[in-house]
Amino acid sequence: MISPEHYLMLSLALFTIGVIGVLTRRNVIIILMSIELILNAVNINLVAFSRLYGDVNGQVFAIFIITDAAAEAAVGLGIILAFFRNRETLLADEMDLLKW
Amino acid sequence: MFSQAVFYFFAALAVTSAILMVTRRNIIHGAVFLITTLLATAGIFLQLDAEFLFVVQIILYVGGIMVLFVFVIMLVNLDVSMRLVQFNHQRFVAGALALVLGAQVFLALKVGPGVMPHPAQQIMSPKNTEAVGDALFTHYMLPFEIASILLLVAMIGAVVMAKRRV
Repeated sequence: MISPEHYLMLSLALFTIGVIGVLTRRNVIIILMSIELILNAVNINLVAFSRLYGDVNGQVFAIFIITDAAAEAAVGLGIILAFFRNRETLLADEMDLLKW
Repeated sequence: MFSQAVFYFFAALAVTSAILMVTRRNIIHGAVFLITTLLATAGIFLQLDAEFLFVVQIILYVGGIMVLFVFVIMLVNLDVSMRLVQFNHQRFVAGALALVLGAQVFLALKVGPGVMPHPAQQIMSPKNTEAVGDALFTHYMLPFEIASILLLVAMIGAVVMAKRRV
């Protein structure tokens, strides 16, 4: 039997990798994909605790998080398409239209 | 013993392909590695007796969201972007801070008092999909409807954003 700490450590590793991706990469699509990775790590936590307590509520919350990730990906990719059409770039540090 | 082997296989697969996803130069390779991570996570869900979530993860994440990502990558992929510097100026500080965050949570999990209670081994209902559906349509009725409105708003927003003339 695998203890819940194993699942928490796996989730922590994926979360940290996702945070590193968001903070260090320049490409916006990679940043969006890292956000998906972070949400996925949270899902592992929820399902592990749902298994630990024998309660199905954690899985329901994981479904809501997946819904949220789908909405976020759709809107984010729409914004990326609109931006790319105007500026011909995908680099996050060149997206400074709203910067002072 | 078998379940431990399964867990370590899926965990190693997920972490390795996540690291590759963050570090690869080609975005398409990154997307493929993210798909591998999501599939490995689906395996973890199956091991945690969440069959419904296992199927939802594969159909919705891998089949829906990642196909969207790959479509957009094909629309906007530039050969120039492969030859640019892939990491930004504050990469060392940012990476160190992220590692510090990870180490902090790790320590909190390891040495924190009473962080992980160990209740007796619970038996999950064998009818996982039925249990999830029951909770979703009785106890979580209002959040479910709000989620559908959120999806509608996101759909309209994406169409408006991606339209040629706004």
